[in-house]
Amino acid sequence: MDWILLNLPLIADLTFAHLALCIPAILLAAAVSLPVAVVANRLRPVREVLVSGTGLLYAVPSLPLFVVLPVVIGTGVRDPLNVVVALAIYGTALMVRSAADGLDAVSADARTAATAQGYSRWGRFWAVDLPLAGPALLAGLRVVSVSTISLVSVSAVIGVQSLGSLFTDGFQRGIVPSIMSGLVMTAVLAVGLDRLLVLAGRVCMPWSAAREAPGR
Amino acid sequence: MGIEFRRVTKTYPDGTRAVGDFSLVVPSHSLTVLLGSSGSGKTTLLRMVNRMVDPTSGQVLIDDADVAAEAPVALRRRIGYVMQHSGLLPHRRVIDNVATVPRLNGASRREARERAAELLAVVGLDPSLGSRYPGQLSGGQQQRVGVARALAGDPNILLMDEPFGSVDPLVRIELQRELKRIHTELRKTIIFVTHDIDEALTLGDQIVVLRPGGEIAQTGAPPEIVENPRDDFVAQFLGVAGGRRSLRATVRDDGGLSISDSTGRPLGILEALPSKAPGSLPGG
Amino acid sequence: MNHLSEAVRWLLDAATWSGPTGLGVRTVEHLQYTLVAVLLSAAIALPIGLAIGHFGRGKNVAVAGTGVVRALPTLGLLTLVALFTGLGLTAPMVAFITLAVPSIIAGAYSGVESVDPRVVDAARAQGMNGWQTLLTVQIPLGLPLIIGGIRLAVLQVVGTATIAAYVGAGGLGVPLFLGLRTNDYPLLLAASLVVIALAIVLDGAFDLAQRLIRRLPGFA
Repeated sequence: MDWILLNLPLIADLTFAHLALCIPAILLAAAVSLPVAVVANRLRPVREVLVSGTGLLYAVPSLPLFVVLPVVIGTGVRDPLNVVVALAIYGTALMVRSAADGLDAVSADARTAATAQGYSRWGRFWAVDLPLAGPALLAGLRVVSVSTISLVSVSAVIGVQSLGSLFTDGFQRGIVPSIMSGLVMTAVLAVGLDRLLVLAGRVCMPWSAAREAPGR
Repeated sequence: MGIEFRRVTKTYPDGTRAVGDFSLVVPSHSLTVLLGSSGSGKTTLLRMVNRMVDPTSGQVLIDDADVAAEAPVALRRRIGYVMQHSGLLPHRRVIDNVATVPRLNGASRREARERAAELLAVVGLDPSLGSRYPGQLSGGQQQRVGVARALAGDPNILLMDEPFGSVDPLVRIELQRELKRIHTELRKTIIFVTHDIDEALTLGDQIVVLRPGGEIAQTGAPPEIVENPRDDFVAQFLGVAGGRRSLRATVRDDGGLSISDSTGRPLGILEALPSKAPGSLPGG
Repeated sequence: MNHLSEAVRWLLDAATWSGPTGLGVRTVEHLQYTLVAVLLSAAIALPIGLAIGHFGRGKNVAVAGTGVVRALPTLGLLTLVALFTGLGLTAPMVAFITLAVPSIIAGAYSGVESVDPRVVDAARAQGMNGWQTLLTVQIPLGLPLIIGGIRLAVLQVVGTATIAAYVGAGGLGVPLFLGLRTNDYPLLLAASLVVIALAIVLDGAFDLAQRLIRRLPGFA
């Protein structure tokens, strides 16, 4: 307990560093997944390739990805941008399928009715498809958010600062409270961000109780 | 193998009353139809016989022995069961689906398959279909396999839950005819559940008309029920009063009678006049 | 890019793979860890998952458990356990199993649940007891999803097994961490590429297995 009290500023700093890696990664993942999902649904023949292909990225282990990615995007291994892009790739891998399935599951009746009322193709997308797929998209985003917050910590072993640094430092110096505080703060961030997303869902989609994240 | 329902009730944990104080005797070798719309508890009653459902109170007896005293699994192996969606195992060949119960009862694979092949013939299927998978058969063929499977344990009782409900009308009529034949040949005691009045009138030795909540509205042979519906509910349900079974005759120029129902929909021609004077018929 | 070509050249050298600390030994270790961890996890998780699916109870607990484990940083769990058990394989195994068990449980119960309830109902009505229904109907028909859960577990463990070297175990993490400490980027890159290749090959093998099963009659 003493250790935690003495190191509160450090824990706070690392928590912010953690968020600074996660939030851009989650936003990036969402910004990439949605168009990919839309394209996948529009181009039926390549849908499975696109959806399974991005899903395959999830099979790539995280630590090796942190190492290999700089070769592709030209950053340094210890560059935070490298970590953000790697995390965004995982987020995309998780989210494309749920986004594509969610958009696909919008009832054909609602779409036909909207078309019959005179919506253009894009107008219908913004006014009907997107809101109706909202709950499914939110569920996907929640999975991405929780998994990203937990994944970031691995980047500590390559020297990028995050709550994971509490694990590596704690392990090397034999300080259990350091590791414990890292675990607790990760959980706090995961739950906090998840609640925030649920809340945002309630505000944006008052007509639908936010779905629970599917177990997988 | 007579079956008796003795004052059975069924109330589900959520408070829904599916069956209320139901008593009925199903004579040996008869084909008894439980006729009712959805919510009449007919399937619940059927499933009490093989203990897929246990009654909240009351007893179901087979040859005067309470089924509650028998282990459900052993009981089910000596009672055939056919359901609306064939419920065949999609990953097993037709022949092995039919052989399931004999195998469960300890027959060797060869014996079971021989028996299964015979049964395919009994239900009017070419035994060569035995090597196919259920998904490769038509809906009507699947239902025949379902009947064959139910017969495979050589049960004395056959429970049929809307078995022909999801096949098209022509196939349904053919399957009904086949069932009549099988019933005449094999003399099983059959309880048959349906909401289709024509089907009930075609098949039943005894028809039990059910009200919502599993109460008997009327029991009797088909002609009794059509000629003397006990109350408005039965009359409405069968369409005897003001419906399609309320027929009118009009005298035609050639002296024959044209028959139509109460809505004016023409049904057909009665060529030979009944011996009584046409004037005694309504309408005209 | 010359890092990459250097890494590839190193990988293509036979000497890289031979010897007691060569990549060959490390790869075998890596696969051994994965195999043992997944087998132990399956021994724990399959009975639980199948029971949840068969009896239709306890699913909420399982879903919540999966969520908690997903949120749990593996590195944190690994280092915490290692502080108590010391260097070696115990801490990584605890972490692997913690990671793999929920995936296998989820796959098993979703597999059993995915079977058409009318088929299960019919099996019971024919007089199959609980075991017979489970063994001859629910497991065979739920197999694609049950294997899907194991596939996910294998992938998670193969990836995480790299971190085992951080607390003194073997596997492909050894050359990776060596490269990190010595700033030898080609070595780091080469080891990473092998892990990624391993993961993709295993994923592909499972994908193939699932496709083959789905092609069997009855799995339309």
